[in-house]
Amino acid sequence: MAEYHEAAADATASQKLLNWVDNRFPLTKLYNEHMAEYYAPKNFNFWYVFGSLAMLVLVIQIVTGIFLVMHYKPDASQAFASVEYIMRDVPGGWIIRYMHSTGASAFFIVVYLHMFRGLLYGSYRKPRELVWLFGCGIFLCLMAEAFMGYLLPWGQMSYWGAQVIVNLFAAVPFIGPDLALLIRGDYVVGDATLNRFFSFHVIAVPLVLLGLVAAHIIALHEVGSNNPDGVEIKAKKDAKGVPLDGIPFHPYYTVHDIFAVSVFLLLFSAVLFFAPEGGGYFLEYNNFIEANPLKTPLHIAPVWYFTPYYSMLRATTDVMVNILAGIVAVAAVLGIVRGGFGAMGKLALAIIALVAVFLLKTFDAKFWGVVVMGGAVVILFFLPWLDRSLAKSIRYRPGWHKYLYGVFVFFFLVLGYLGSQPPSATGNIVSQLGTLVYFGFFLLMPWWSRMGTFKPVPDRVIFAAH
Amino acid sequence: MKKFVLALLLALGFQVGALANEGGYAWDRFPTEKSTDMAALQNGAKLFVNYCLNCHSAAYMRYNRMKDIGLSDDQIKKNLLFATDKVGETMKVALDPKQAKEWLGSAPPDLSVITRSRADIGKGSGADYLYTYLRTYYRDDTKETGWNNMAFPGVAMPNVLWQLQGQRAARYVEEKNPHEPGKTEHRFEGFQQLTPGTLDEHGFDEAVGDLVAYLQWISEPSQGTRLQIGVLAMIFLGVLTVITWRLNAAYWKDVK
Repeated sequence: MAEYHEAAADATASQKLLNWVDNRFPLTKLYNEHMAEYYAPKNFNFWYVFGSLAMLVLVIQIVTGIFLVMHYKPDASQAFASVEYIMRDVPGGWIIRYMHSTGASAFFIVVYLHMFRGLLYGSYRKPRELVWLFGCGIFLCLMAEAFMGYLLPWGQMSYWGAQVIVNLFAAVPFIGPDLALLIRGDYVVGDATLNRFFSFHVIAVPLVLLGLVAAHIIALHEVGSNNPDGVEIKAKKDAKGVPLDGIPFHPYYTVHDIFAVSVFLLLFSAVLFFAPEGGGYFLEYNNFIEANPLKTPLHIAPVWYFTPYYSMLRATTDVMVNILAGIVAVAAVLGIVRGGFGAMGKLALAIIALVAVFLLKTFDAKFWGVVVMGGAVVILFFLPWLDRSLAKSIRYRPGWHKYLYGVFVFFFLVLGYLGSQPPSATGNIVSQLGTLVYFGFFLLMPWWSRMGTFKPVPDRVIFAAH
Repeated sequence: MKKFVLALLLALGFQVGALANEGGYAWDRFPTEKSTDMAALQNGAKLFVNYCLNCHSAAYMRYNRMKDIGLSDDQIKKNLLFATDKVGETMKVALDPKQAKEWLGSAPPDLSVITRSRADIGKGSGADYLYTYLRTYYRDDTKETGWNNMAFPGVAMPNVLWQLQGQRAARYVEEKNPHEPGKTEHRFEGFQQLTPGTLDEHGFDEAVGDLVAYLQWISEPSQGTRLQIGVLAMIFLGVLTVITWRLNAAYWKDVK
């Protein structure tokens, strides 16, 4: 608890006011801790703007969302018409709606780039594991927001997309059908589903999301930011305890981020005003047809940001399950022969592998598809403990690690492309390969991340004055 | 690396395959300059009210919104208002959807956002589709209505514009399949005019262009405002970006 401070006798009125507040609320303390005396490494590159941009998009989504809710009707018989009402009759409604729909895609673009930055420079490594975990939680919330929000316009894609995804839960053994019923609130997607998705989209998930964002930033400011060299700037401090390579967040990174915000808004507005449909990827064409439970569209594709995971779901066929069972068996044999376990350990490993293969062959491939799709997101949570490389940053890792990252990104994009296309035989083989690459990248990371010759990591950050 | 190359090749092959499978009648290009041509939009409105609005509604579109394409309340009332007497009403039809389904095989869809819904990635915009669709009707006695369509095979709607276009038949030629010897292919080779319409081919294309321009406009009546504000926003943000760029540089000069 802070001592009570009297303002100096010659203090100005504003100083007195600030003093009054500071005695009752840690305003100056918070400002210093998070802005003026929060020291960030001076060598940030452009990859470091996406965190601030994600905050900006979050604010855009919340503010536009508030105005949309004023006119939108969460009712199966009125929802579609109310969106067109917003687009036509509400003054400025179209701009608010386009901001919200473009913002959804922009959110995923900046968040994917933000996460990739973390991957490049090892931002999730000790002591930043919790920053990463809160971030993964935010990503999950974001996916839930996007999925449930997409039902609200009540177009054909909204309806059938929700139908397909909710039906996936029905593939869970034993409780599946009841679980799907619980989510839908009805036997088919209908008014009950729309109402509960609306409630989750505008209240429940945003509350959790905001809490996680606060935790993400508090944790980050506790440990300090990583940087492109992966050097701990707190290791070298001057006499006052200020990191030698640190600069105050305000004003240096505030002006930096304001510049990034202007560039971002320029691109964002270009889409919003000149191509609000995003070529049919941000607003799907089929979604301009009102939901019709009796008419299934020929081709149901999720919005672009879900397509990599949707590809993995579709890739998990019976053949793929056999391949997975084979991989489990090979991994178990390798573990037993070369893992250096005792007799009990070997036995346990063999039993676990047998159970895994048995389960893989017992349950439907559709269920494993759901597991694969969910696993692709859940695996991100384990990244801090999967990566065992000697250098945090890609800069000091062996050169071939870069190519490996390249292959990973390439397949992620290919999976995304394939997920937006109708299924095909070749496409399926490529997405199976992509799925194996995706999971191989993470699951084999404890081994490959330590291989190769690492470059020496410098003591101080590399920085060239602008 | 091998996997990388293999995947690249497979992905490429897949894309080529996807393009080849796209299939169907290729869409003609809608003359986009009509979307901003007030005379075309007004003529389109007239055609829409006379030929479409008997069966199809545009239930999200208000009559008086047509002030945006240069018509006055009075002009709208005198020339375009058949189903109601209030210009603030939306373009509804008296046709009962259930009966329509019985009579026509399927209920005529609402046309408010039809243009936006018919676009197809890789094939063209919704306006391209409608422009093609409304111009590719032909006589087909195997169909109940006696009409068929190139862009929408088996369509339930007959050619409502036939008096303007006249009646046409589709000409097909039998061709040897280059990939499978011994098999022949049914290939479309063009239309044949059976009876003349009140408009010649160019005149009909113009009329359909106007109608599609109108349909495209009602799918998003605020599109003109959107583009105007967009230009201003880009100029403003362009200037702002230059300022913030220099501001950033000014502060960062001190960081050594």
